[in-house]
Amino acid sequence: MLAVRDLRKSYGRVVAVDGASFSVESGQLIGLLGPNGAGKSTTVAMIAGLVTPDAGTVTIAGNPLRGDTDPHKRLIGLVPQDLALYEELTAAANLRLFGSLYDLRGRPLEDAIGSALLLVGLAERAGDRVKTFSGGMKRRLNLAAGMLHDPQILLLDEPTVGVDPQSRNAIFDNLEYLKGRGKALLYTTHYMEEAERLADRIVVMDHGRVLADDTLAGLRERAGRDAGPGASLESLFLAMTGRTLRD
Amino acid sequence: MALAPLAALVRKDLQIFFTDRRAVVLTLAIPIAIASFFGLLFQGQGDQEAARVAVAMVDQDGSGLSKRLIAATASDKALAVTQPSLADARAAVLAGRIGVAVVIPAGFGDTAIRAFIGQGRNADLELLTDPSKGAEVSMVRGLLTGHMMGAVTQEAFTGASSRRLLDEGLRSLDTSDVPADQRELLRRVFESVQALSRNQETTGTPARALTMPFEVRETQVTGLPLRQYNGYAHSFAGMGIQFALFAAIDLAAGILLERERGLWKRLRSAPLSRSTLLVARAISGTCITLLTLLVSFAFARVVFQAPIGNVGGFLLVTIASSIMAATFGLLVAALGHTPAATRRVAMFVVLVMVMLGGAWVPSFLFPAWLQQLTWLVPVRWAVDGLDAMTWRGLGFADALVPTGLLLAFSAVCGALAVWRFRWEEA
Repeated sequence: MLAVRDLRKSYGRVVAVDGASFSVESGQLIGLLGPNGAGKSTTVAMIAGLVTPDAGTVTIAGNPLRGDTDPHKRLIGLVPQDLALYEELTAAANLRLFGSLYDLRGRPLEDAIGSALLLVGLAERAGDRVKTFSGGMKRRLNLAAGMLHDPQILLLDEPTVGVDPQSRNAIFDNLEYLKGRGKALLYTTHYMEEAERLADRIVVMDHGRVLADDTLAGLRERAGRDAGPGASLESLFLAMTGRTLRD
Repeated sequence: MALAPLAALVRKDLQIFFTDRRAVVLTLAIPIAIASFFGLLFQGQGDQEAARVAVAMVDQDGSGLSKRLIAATASDKALAVTQPSLADARAAVLAGRIGVAVVIPAGFGDTAIRAFIGQGRNADLELLTDPSKGAEVSMVRGLLTGHMMGAVTQEAFTGASSRRLLDEGLRSLDTSDVPADQRELLRRVFESVQALSRNQETTGTPARALTMPFEVRETQVTGLPLRQYNGYAHSFAGMGIQFALFAAIDLAAGILLERERGLWKRLRSAPLSRSTLLVARAISGTCITLLTLLVSFAFARVVFQAPIGNVGGFLLVTIASSIMAATFGLLVAALGHTPAATRRVAMFVVLVMVMLGGAWVPSFLFPAWLQQLTWLVPVRWAVDGLDAMTWRGLGFADALVPTGLLLAFSAVCGALAVWRFRWEEA
């Protein structure tokens, strides 16, 4: 469903992404792991069309992504790391806006809003302003906004930052539900346990490059080989990316 | 350009604007309050008497001429004349209570009359001035010159002291270096003046001649059958445009704030063109500014009877001014980085534009080169256009040039904004 080939992006002399390649199939959740500055967010931004790659291609359902108005962007839903919501508006008004950007209108739009709010457990707060929501509620609404137009691919950039365990768990349930519906999910995170719980395959990035792209079992086997029997995914991650503190 | 997303983005901005009702009230009320205050200041030429310029006249001479001069200045409606001592006058100027003190030194009358009939040097008249009140000083100097010429003429030809001075003049004619033919003509003039003076003294009838030969009659020129200039119409135009540009700064800061909050990532991830995103902002900004201007002028119309000479032209200029402000906001957003820093820089730029546009200080006070520069400032086109369509009462055709200039400026701002906008959302 989503294929990334030899993506490259530099900012001046700094190479943010350096030849990254991986793919995500329908019904699959790929965990994109890496320390700060590894190039995860830039990669997601290039897939979402927010940043133009210097080289490489992003293909959606076999079609290369071209330009801001490429209709294939409708197949992508973005859940940014920031709480990208209008706090002055109600939850429903936010979703009404974001749905309209994908040409949803009328009954289908209202149905989509109802379904999305129901899924993230905010149906009863549809008419409340976002600024009255807790951090966890905002995170769940952020997710609802990304999946409102029923995209085939969902890009999730650290969607559980700063939320309580209840909301975090609810988000995980939502993602598993979406995966079960055949959506292709790309999930960036720092948390190993999130990747271990959710991901079918894990892509480890550092310094803009893909260091590993394997199933959880494959990575565990590699960890056992490299770091000894019983080694955790985290120890493998540290072995690959080093222990130097990142900015 | 996709219309449904465009409409949704515009609706969102308007929803956010109207969500904070207190902010809406302030957005509408503050321009009205400030424009009303400025209108009150500029309306002084109407039914209310304009404030007089305070002038101290210090008479150390006590001559007929000095008394005539003080009487003439005291009767001037533009001046509020007092007669303190020299020390008090100097202290009042120093403290800024008055802008000018006129000191008439001893012997001034005789010296001035002698000079008038060509005998001796010019008399000195000293002005003590407040350097911060240049406009008042210029005004007093001009009025004083007029009153002085009238007083000297009357005193020389009809005053009690003039006969003595004319006698002196006649005696000195014989020894003067005046050419012989002119000397004889001057003698006849002096003798005639003496005769006229004696005639007045014996008959008690003042000379009908030798008065100021003209009266000033003012006719206010506007395209409407207005009784008088309406200062509120002008102040609402100036302040309206100023606050339209302040709204543009808010628009720019709002865009940058949305970027900081990651909202542009979500907007840019949708299949929308860049122009759709910016045009939506321009439309919502235009609507909000237009609303502010229309509410302000409606208030001025109802409360201060500010005239709107041509409704069609007024709407055209108002819409063009709103578009100008909104696209200026887009350009500010395109060039800015953080909301706080951008707000400060943009505020400086707007204040300079407003000042050059003549909204605060009349542009005729500027140096000549700066006056030329004001024609490059869109604030001036907007204010001139609104003036033309309101109190000047000009026709629809006179709205076309300012509208065209404002829309051209908007097109340039919009194009620069699209070009310079930081679209990459890493």
